Amino acid sequence: MSRQTKHTITIALAGQPNVGKSTVFNMLTGLNQHVGNWPGKTVEQKVGEFIHDEKKIRLVDLPGTYSLTANSLEERIARDFIITERPDVIIVITNATDLECNFYLLTELLVLPVPLVVGINMMDVAEANGIRIETHVLAAALGVLVEPLIASKNQGVHELLEAAIQVAENPTPFDPKRPKIGVEHQRVINEIQTILNGQVPQLYPVDWVAIKLLEGDSQVTEMIQKNDPEGWDKIHALLLEHEDAYLDIASSRYEWIGRMIRAAIERPKVGAITITDRLDKVATHPFWGSLLLIGIFALVFFLTYRIAMPIVDWLGLDIIAPLSGWMKQLLSATPAWFSGLLVDGIINGAGTVFTFVPILVVFFIVMGLLEDIGYMARSAYVTDRLMHWMGLHGRSFLPLFLGFGCNVPAVMGSRIVENRRARLLTIMLTPLIPCTGRLAVITFLAPALFGKAAVLVITSLVAFNLLILMITGITIHRLVYKDEHVAFIMEMPLYHRPNLRTISLFVWHNTLSFLRKAGSIIVIMSAFVWLFSWLPNGNIQTSLLASLGRGLEPLGRWMGLGDWRLIVALLTSFVAKENTIATLGILFGPTSSAIGLATQVASVIAFPAALAFLVVQMTFIPCMATVAVIKQETGRWKYAFHNLGLLLVISFISGTIVYQIARLL
Amino acid sequence: MKSLGDAKVGERVIIKHLRGGKDFTSRVAAMGFTLGVVITVLQNYGRGPVIVALRDSRVALGRGEAAKVLVVMESDEQAD
Repeated sequence: MSRQTKHTITIALAGQPNVGKSTVFNMLTGLNQHVGNWPGKTVEQKVGEFIHDEKKIRLVDLPGTYSLTANSLEERIARDFIITERPDVIIVITNATDLECNFYLLTELLVLPVPLVVGINMMDVAEANGIRIETHVLAAALGVLVEPLIASKNQGVHELLEAAIQVAENPTPFDPKRPKIGVEHQRVINEIQTILNGQVPQLYPVDWVAIKLLEGDSQVTEMIQKNDPEGWDKIHALLLEHEDAYLDIASSRYEWIGRMIRAAIERPKVGAITITDRLDKVATHPFWGSLLLIGIFALVFFLTYRIAMPIVDWLGLDIIAPLSGWMKQLLSATPAWFSGLLVDGIINGAGTVFTFVPILVVFFIVMGLLEDIGYMARSAYVTDRLMHWMGLHGRSFLPLFLGFGCNVPAVMGSRIVENRRARLLTIMLTPLIPCTGRLAVITFLAPALFGKAAVLVITSLVAFNLLILMITGITIHRLVYKDEHVAFIMEMPLYHRPNLRTISLFVWHNTLSFLRKAGSIIVIMSAFVWLFSWLPNGNIQTSLLASLGRGLEPLGRWMGLGDWRLIVALLTSFVAKENTIATLGILFGPTSSAIGLATQVASVIAFPAALAFLVVQMTFIPCMATVAVIKQETGRWKYAFHNLGLLLVISFISGTIVYQIARLL
Repeated sequence: MKSLGDAKVGERVIIKHLRGGKDFTSRVAAMGFTLGVVITVLQNYGRGPVIVALRDSRVALGRGEAAKVLVVMESDEQAD
């Protein structure tokens, strides 16, 4: 992470949320970017490396934060990077339509020992809203380089980079105006600085530490407590007299901002009605807003079924299947276990990975588009009340809803939930949303098992899953998170036109990271499951998997599932939810038609067990692709295993209860 | 003084006090909710989050959060 060579210029990209920071990042780096996690953290880190004017540039995208106080993990990451890694220069992106609030982060960055340049983005959106900004006036007031940008049209981005490089290469003359704290508190800060004298860990500027102590910053407080216990006692006494200082400091920063931008900005007349006001009349209306949201989702599913599904089918039938057949023929001379493992294990696993791509692309396009135009915040606003109830955030709604199509993009989409706990809870609950794979199994079996009542059963099963999801959500919220309130404070950005490049790169990076990270896990798991169904003698009926199914029969009997074949069918749904049907087909012997299979299954299980089987199928462990993305998104296997355990318990309890009650009917 | 949750659409109010823990108050302060700032209520249906305009941005606050922001009417303040 440290500077590799003398010739590499490290630039940190900072900015609040909703300033178009990622657009700037994408314009500068294009496809030369690496998306990973901050070391040891679950926060996404994007780093781009490229050559500009024969100079090697390393651009590090800092998490979007409103300030640099240790309120959140993102804020800690951003400031830790600046203080301990010391980039050569910081590019601060701000949004021309919201300069006053955006400059708050700037006031915090200006006191850190790294030079910076400022980019004022979305100049076009500002103009459309009647806001005029004189960037040279701002530059003169602040004493830093300020560049106007329309990042979505790639205007000004190049100039901004040049400015940053210029500052990085000549850092000495960098002497901007620095925000002043109110006189009274400045005195306290001076006193703290005197006490601290020499007792601050290396790299940390002493004046910055003093301000952060006065602001009551938890991380800095802890650091000084540890580092200088004696000095801390004195400082602590001083701080107790000024407990509310942080509010005054925030106010004085805003006053300073007001003075800095006053001469440079011309705002529209008060009361002017903007496009955003007009659109929000509908989008955030309790009734029309909900209707709009439902309409958008209906459209998403229409697109998925009309565009993505045919491609998925085509990939499966016309590419993967012939390829498997051809490979099998090619490998006919090799031992059966070898061709089996390669074709049925690995190639089929890889096939599964690729068949996800069309669905992912459709979903990511929609998510990227909704986020880019500014609608995402509105959808969160409309659904927040419902979501809060379960300890989730309004932003959890969209990923959860996507889960009906496929749980994989739903888990990946949970990134838009900023609150860590709400995000983790969203991920944990996602597998309870019945995806198309789960629904395919129940719609296939229900008619044979329940005849005319099939539609009623299917609807009830979906409703049952949602009920379980709510109960689980509320329980985890109450018991694990102790009812911790997920605060809903969200900026509502102005609506603006979508940018094709931003959305395409969003789709590209998300799909690629799925293929790269989740893909390999899925292929390995698929190979293992195949081995289990093949060992020791090449027959699934007598395989390890079958033995496992037989071993689980006593447990299965609680749910009326005393037949090992049903258990094995459930187990193989781990590979892909719809596999249940294929496995039943193999285990119940060759039948002439699909309808024949369903009837055959129906003949061995009576009503209570049939209902329990479908309930278990609907709540059973997530498929391996979902498990793989849970690991990918949370960064820990721990959470993937928690989720497997959670769903195993839920499906067992639900299956047992449903069976025992249905038996009494 | 009343809470921001009780303010009506179109009202211009001034923040007088922020209740709640430091986590909350310092977070909203960073977003511009400082004492003395003027807020315009853009949307408040009496349930669900409220939307306000302050400084140059518009922010949605959950009902629980809005209840912690204590305000007075701008017109009352000037009358004093």
